[in-house]
Amino acid sequence: MPSPGLRSSRLAIDLPPSGIREFFDLVSGREDVISLGVGEPDFSTPWKICDEAIDGLRRGYTSYTSNWGMSELREALAADLHHRHGLTYDPADQILATNGVSEGLDLAMRALLDPGDEVIVPEPCFVAYKPAVLLAGGRPVVVETRVEDSFKLRPEAVEAAITPRTRALMISYPNNPTGAVMSREELLPLAELAEKHDLVVISDEIYAYLTYVGTHTGFASLPGMQERTILLDGFSKAYAMTGWRLGYAAGPAHLLESMMRIHSYTAMSAPTMAQIGAIEALRHGSQDVQYMVGHYNQRRRLLLAGYKRLDLPCFEPGGAFYTFPSIAHTGLTSAEFSSRLLFEENVAAVPGTAFGACGEGYLRCTYATHLDLLKEALVRIGHLLERLGCAGTGADPESV
Amino acid sequence: MKSLLEILKTEGPVDPDEIAIRLGRTRDEVEAELESLRQEGILLRYSALVNWEAAPDLKKVYAFINVSATPEHGRGFDKVAEYVSQFEEVHSLYLMSGGADLCVVVEGRDFRDIARFVAEKLAPTPGVTSTSTSFVLKTYKMEGVSLMAESKNSRLAVTP
Ligand SMILES: Cc1ncc(COP(=O)(O)O)c(C=O)c1O
Repeated sequence: MPSPGLRSSRLAIDLPPSGIREFFDLVSGREDVISLGVGEPDFSTPWKICDEAIDGLRRGYTSYTSNWGMSELREALAADLHHRHGLTYDPADQILATNGVSEGLDLAMRALLDPGDEVIVPEPCFVAYKPAVLLAGGRPVVVETRVEDSFKLRPEAVEAAITPRTRALMISYPNNPTGAVMSREELLPLAELAEKHDLVVISDEIYAYLTYVGTHTGFASLPGMQERTILLDGFSKAYAMTGWRLGYAAGPAHLLESMMRIHSYTAMSAPTMAQIGAIEALRHGSQDVQYMVGHYNQRRRLLLAGYKRLDLPCFEPGGAFYTFPSIAHTGLTSAEFSSRLLFEENVAAVPGTAFGACGEGYLRCTYATHLDLLKEALVRIGHLLERLGCAGTGADPESV
Repeated sequence: MKSLLEILKTEGPVDPDEIAIRLGRTRDEVEAELESLRQEGILLRYSALVNWEAAPDLKKVYAFINVSATPEHGRGFDKVAEYVSQFEEVHSLYLMSGGADLCVVVEGRDFRDIARFVAEKLAPTPGVTSTSTSFVLKTYKMEGVSLMAESKNSRLAVTP
């Protein structure tokens, strides 16, 4: 035992370990695992983006940038935001380059919350939302989304969770882990709530490009919402740039100023070479995005058809690269099912509970995985279901 | 149609049922499209992509030969191209812009094989005025596939 003087803070000790982390420890060290557990693209970053970044290094772009990020990048982002959402953001003080959406999320919470302030966090959700609120001294208030609502956020459920301490509503569509999307009409009542209760909306739209059903609606593009939305987006998913650590926040100048001030002390600036690569991505990357999206969509359909054949109930995801099948009928918990799947069939899929308590009964299976591996994973899932006496009555799972 | 062809081009003859699922179409639609692609001469055949260099006993040698030729009134280079294309050594044949008129890709067992073909068959072809042969020494990429050692995918098995 280290002496008491060397202890971690209360806050750090109380921070719950990520369910992803626990599952990762189970998986690591195993050979020949087919992983459906990965929350990132299986494509490499398009070469032209790498090439620009390498060229930038050669030309000596190795210093800090402005705290806000390179002005060329912010101008390219402003143009992109205008093109995609029809919104005008001033690159001077409304767009901040961050170390991934992860940092943007942290900055947004720190800039907004006083101790005890509440943030509404819909679950199941990306693992970092609740910790980001907690680390900023806030209180996450969970609102569960349900399969019978297609994992969309119900305005009544949100309204019931609002208290005088509520400062912000977290929204994330297309959603990790469910793949759910929300249309403009479905988002409108949430916008009205934000207006009525004077809330900030933090909208994580990192999967916006990966929308297969309908078109993505940026929350800030809803009437009156630009002035109360902090949009978080980034390059990790759409451009297959997870390791580059680059995202951005866009929103009202006074909030972005606060976020920038915190960022200027805690991060200084986002990685310079990543910013250079991102400029190229914005200028010339749209075909690459389309190519990857086309492939994800084929895999999405193949996986859903495979589940159907196995009688594995699954809500049809309209975006991101996740499926969230229900395994409740097997009688196993998420954790039991996913560890049996891992130990008996060598397939890794994350228990739904890693994304919130209401993820019980579900698994998150990524389709950012090669088609051949998805087919093999379906066969193996079929074998486990068979042993559990829950195999599909449909065709033989071998015949995808 | 583009995504259908892309699937066939990279994966070969995939089961129409699977194509239908992946593209969100019906099997009948896919089969009808395949049929019309064949009819229109767009889909010619399915073939494997072979890296001959990796099979020492079956090694093949390729050369790119720039050919200058005399065009014919009203037919350009079509006649000489038609003639040259008949040789079984000719793997592909293109009409080119730039310095040369035709580019002939020739396949042979070894360098001598190809040298003989150029000297005895191609150069003497009526209408051909000059040839310039470049041998392929090593293939780095073919049909969009890199033949260099790929770096191992470094993704972790589970991430958020
Ligand atoms: C919903 C969501 N937001 C944010 C992130 C983190 O993104 P970044 O790489 O930009 O930090 C992820 C990554 O899995 C995610 O799924």
